[in-house]
Amino acid sequence: MTINLPEARRWPGSEWIKNHPAALERIYAVSVKAFTRVYPAMKKIAPQSSERVMVFVEAVGKGYVWNCQMCGQCILHSTGMTCPMNCPKNLRNGPCGGVRANGHCEVIPERMCVWVQAWERSQAMAVYGHKIVTLQPPVNRALKNTSSWINMVEGTDQITPPGWAAASPTGNEGLEHR
Amino acid sequence: MFANSRLERVLRSGRFAVTAELNAPDSANPEDVYRNALVLAEVCDAINATDGSGANCHMSSLGCCALLVRAGYEPVYQISCRDRNRIAIQGDLLGAAALGVKNVLCLTGDDVTAGDQPGAKRVFDLDSLQLLHTATIMRDHGVFLSGRKLTTPPQLFLGAAANPFVPPFAWRPERMAKKIAAGASFIQTQYCFDVPRLRTFMQRAVDMGLHEKAFILVGVGPLRSDKAAEFMRTKVPGVHIPDAVVARLAGVAPKQKAEEGKRICIEIIQQVREMAGVAGVHIMAYRQEETVAEIVHRAGLFPRHAVGAHREGHVNQHAVHHASGNGAQPAHHAGQYGSASPGMASQGELQ
Ligand code: SF4
Repeated sequence: MTINLPEARRWPGSEWIKNHPAALERIYAVSVKAFTRVYPAMKKIAPQSSERVMVFVEAVGKGYVWNCQMCGQCILHSTGMTCPMNCPKNLRNGPCGGVRANGHCEVIPERMCVWVQAWERSQAMAVYGHKIVTLQPPVNRALKNTSSWINMVEGTDQITPPGWAAASPTGNEGLEHR
Repeated sequence: MFANSRLERVLRSGRFAVTAELNAPDSANPEDVYRNALVLAEVCDAINATDGSGANCHMSSLGCCALLVRAGYEPVYQISCRDRNRIAIQGDLLGAAALGVKNVLCLTGDDVTAGDQPGAKRVFDLDSLQLLHTATIMRDHGVFLSGRKLTTPPQLFLGAAANPFVPPFAWRPERMAKKIAAGASFIQTQYCFDVPRLRTFMQRAVDMGLHEKAFILVGVGPLRSDKAAEFMRTKVPGVHIPDAVVARLAGVAPKQKAEEGKRICIEIIQQVREMAGVAGVHIMAYRQEETVAEIVHRAGLFPRHAVGAHREGHVNQHAVHHASGNGAQPAHHAGQYGSASPGMASQGELQ
């Protein structure tokens, strides 16, 4: 590896797991339901520790599989179960024009472009695959290193800048071109 | 019409448009900009001012644009997401509009590792689509991202880039569609050296009706030699040059290489011009402004301004179209004026 960026890291076996996007999206759908049920109780008992526990769980679990960068506003299911923050340019809406002829990253020549992978994987995803064309709003950098699961249940990750929200009333889900 | 943009007027008139890239100088002398621009202005409808292209530092695109406006030229202000965050970018959009800039091209930007200062911090706070949509919000809703009101919104003709020549190929037309949905009214593509690849891309784009929603300008440029081609395709991000093109350059005598490069470029322009959905070409030639002028002449795309008398007519014609509920006109009538232009004499020799 010529470039030592955090985005370049991959744990052994993690690519194999990610190459099963259909299974992953099903696991995701179930986990969302489960967590939404469990979280209110967690919050009641120990609000502070549940945040810390979740940050740990995500950093380790999602860190292992997706090399999660802890952006705090997870859109994995919208991007072919491939983490867009593994793109060194932090692109949330698709690949740049620098992708190499062999499908590798402009910045990290040894790695596949995460968006080439995201596109391929999204094609195999029956439930969320179509979401890859959704326009993703600017990243809220203030959510870095917080728990994306808690943010999801609390709705904090859906809050877009007010100007953005005014222009696209459906917020996060808006502006699909078809 | 979004802005009182000459480029937009030319495109809406259905005339085959020509834009060209200005090489920003490594200098604080305005004359260096004027000298390069003078040659280009005669042969094109708008001049792109690059924003630290290849992640190398040059005079800023906003600085170049201000000078170009002052000289009466039509600049396209390129903004990349690499160097500035959302606060700086929104401020610059207002500043540019106030200076008289009418066209903006929203880009992701080459990575810092491509340039001569690889230790720089990459910003990439917004991506090119978020940037496009932010500019659209400022123009159409008159607010910043924060929701704060603008007293006078910037009137801008917004564009984006597309690269049909790199993977994931199947997604490239979709991605262009996404950019158009986010507010792009014109598209300038990466260098085209692979016409069949472009044709596949354009067929899909036309099937999706994208050429009716935005004007698509195809990027072209002359190669100086096979060595230059080899350098570009290995060192410059996102440039795809087929082996056949390199071999063709390698096959001619050293003194003939530059001429062969121009010839390839002109041939590509002529093929692209016939392609459904293509509204113009964007000529990029690093440090060879004179060559751009020669190419425009020899490709039969000159004169650009001689139809000034017609232009008023086009605007009126456009107004009629608008009144009848027609949005962006399809670019099918491309060539209508070009083929009648006197600069065509040289076309025959190339075919
Ligand atoms: S939380 Fe953010 S960084 Fe982590 S996997 Fe999801 S999208 Fe990637």
